[in-house]
Amino acid sequence: MNWSPRTAFITLLMIGLGAVPLIADGIDEPFYTVMFSRMLILSIGAVSLNLILGYGGMVSFGHAVYLGIGSYMVGIGTIHAIEDGIEWMGNGFIHFAVSIVFSALVGFVIGAISLRTRGVYFIMITLAFSQMFYFVAVGNEKYGGDDGLSLYMRSDFNGLFDISNDNTLYYLNFVILLASLYVSHRIINSRFGMMIRGAKSNEQRMASIGFPVFRYRLTAFVIAGTICGMAGVLSANQTEFVNPSVMHWTRSGDLIIMIVLGGLGTLFGPVIGAVAFLFLEEFLSGITEYWQLIFGPMLVLVVIFARGGIDGMLVLLDGWWNRYSLKNKA
Amino acid sequence: MNWILLLEQTLNGFQFGILLFLLAAGLTLIFGIMDLINLAHGSLYMMGAYFAATFTQWTDSFLLGAMLALLASMLFGVILEVIALRTLYTRSHLDQVLATFGLILFLNEFVRLIWGPIGLDIPLPDVLNGSLELFFGIRYPAFRLAIIAVGIAVAFLLYLLVSHTKIGMLIRAGASNRQMVSALGVNINLLYTIVFGLGAALAGLAGLMAAPIMTVEIGMGEGILMITFVVIVIGGVGSIRGAFVAALLVGFIDTVGRSFLPDILGLFVSNDFADTAAPAISSMLIYVLMAIILAIRPQGLFPPKGA
Repeated sequence: MNWSPRTAFITLLMIGLGAVPLIADGIDEPFYTVMFSRMLILSIGAVSLNLILGYGGMVSFGHAVYLGIGSYMVGIGTIHAIEDGIEWMGNGFIHFAVSIVFSALVGFVIGAISLRTRGVYFIMITLAFSQMFYFVAVGNEKYGGDDGLSLYMRSDFNGLFDISNDNTLYYLNFVILLASLYVSHRIINSRFGMMIRGAKSNEQRMASIGFPVFRYRLTAFVIAGTICGMAGVLSANQTEFVNPSVMHWTRSGDLIIMIVLGGLGTLFGPVIGAVAFLFLEEFLSGITEYWQLIFGPMLVLVVIFARGGIDGMLVLLDGWWNRYSLKNKA
Repeated sequence: MNWILLLEQTLNGFQFGILLFLLAAGLTLIFGIMDLINLAHGSLYMMGAYFAATFTQWTDSFLLGAMLALLASMLFGVILEVIALRTLYTRSHLDQVLATFGLILFLNEFVRLIWGPIGLDIPLPDVLNGSLELFFGIRYPAFRLAIIAVGIAVAFLLYLLVSHTKIGMLIRAGASNRQMVSALGVNINLLYTIVFGLGAALAGLAGLMAAPIMTVEIGMGEGILMITFVVIVIGGVGSIRGAFVAALLVGFIDTVGRSFLPDILGLFVSNDFADTAAPAISSMLIYVLMAIILAIRPQGLFPPKGA
């Protein structure tokens, strides 16, 4: 294996993420486990969005809908389990299963309508649909409406493992993040993934070779939605609270920022971006209450000047490193 | 069904539609000519409302304050265009979305810093603080009627401007072929700035007119921006005529749907269910309308010619 700076950075990052609860317990700051847990969950969401946005060129501005669906499945299930004593509704496996099914269904409907359009239409329509689900959640008084639902227990996994322990939940998040990275790695390098990437650079050509572009894109759209739905299940368990703001359109914007900040269309970019985003938020909000006054213009500058994101800088570093080591060998 | 209420809600829907049109016209112009998707358009609406709040306080007159606010919104838009947005015209839509999203974060925080986190209330101007009798003894607030009148006048002026003046000709030419217009020696950058300023002024006008009937608060532009997107998608991106028709349609369906859906649903299902489900369903109405129209005409009702 060639230890370029980029590989080294990503390996260290992943090992570091794996060790967070141990370190946090070691220095007796369990707060960090919770903070990094959030990073992992948003990473999963960003990885899933990157599948369609980074590799497929579909600028979906409504990806937080699936975070909302996953969260509400846990919220609704748990409320019924507590209030009506229906035990199976508090089961985590059921939460995951139902979220996957619903996310897939919603992804199918939104995708089937919005993928008929292109460019700016697509952005606006995905945005509008996500806002529709947001307002449905706000209007639904039975399940908390605007105030949301407080959950007094986390999903139950038949005693296999107990996520009421923050460290166990952290490792559940970590395993699911690794799984979604593996799945996206397999997808983007498969024939299916090649087709999706091909359609990003030239749709007409792919269609004329004979690929049903719409169907492939819709499939990718649904897959991305289901993965993000799982992130929603984790997110509700993490915060033990569900309210409509998990699927507010700014959440979708945050996911896009994470991807672009980390590196659009790269496997680990979304993870780097999610970690960097939450660090920045933590750091800037420590400096001033008006942290978005700094963060907003920063975002504009990143868009204008640093196009490859953090991963792009690592690639630059790699190039520099290669030249340096070649020179030393010679 | 209560007919007076229906008429009143229809007028409310009309008035909301007019506000939507003012926003949609600017947004669709900016998109049609500069190919820029501007998420911060809602922030211009918000700035218009805050400017109106401040200037009304300074001058003690809503009309004077509104004039100043209109100018300030236009100026603000022009500054924004020159400083930040100009570099984005040639970029991908994703870059534009992100950068203007950053602008929203900045502007919201900026407003919080200057005007504070609590919403403001602007009193209605005395002249318009009453209601007029329309017909059959139906009374309707004068201020809302004024909004409708101003909106229709602006729509008419906009029509004159776009289809009967030199600058309008350049705008239309710019929308169908930008390179050609600049190759013919037109200062395209200046044209862009003018169009953006016009769009900002329209958004500011909507904001300052909405200020006395809604609370002036941070983030007020974002909710209405989403509905404006629905309007533009339905009307056809880049088409002012489409924006007008779609804005009135969406304004009507949204307003009337919200007030009558519980009754209509009650005819079919139990009242209990209707009362709980209606708020959720009525907020879906316009999106369902959008989905249906897109299924039939993916390019919207009135796609601009030559695009």
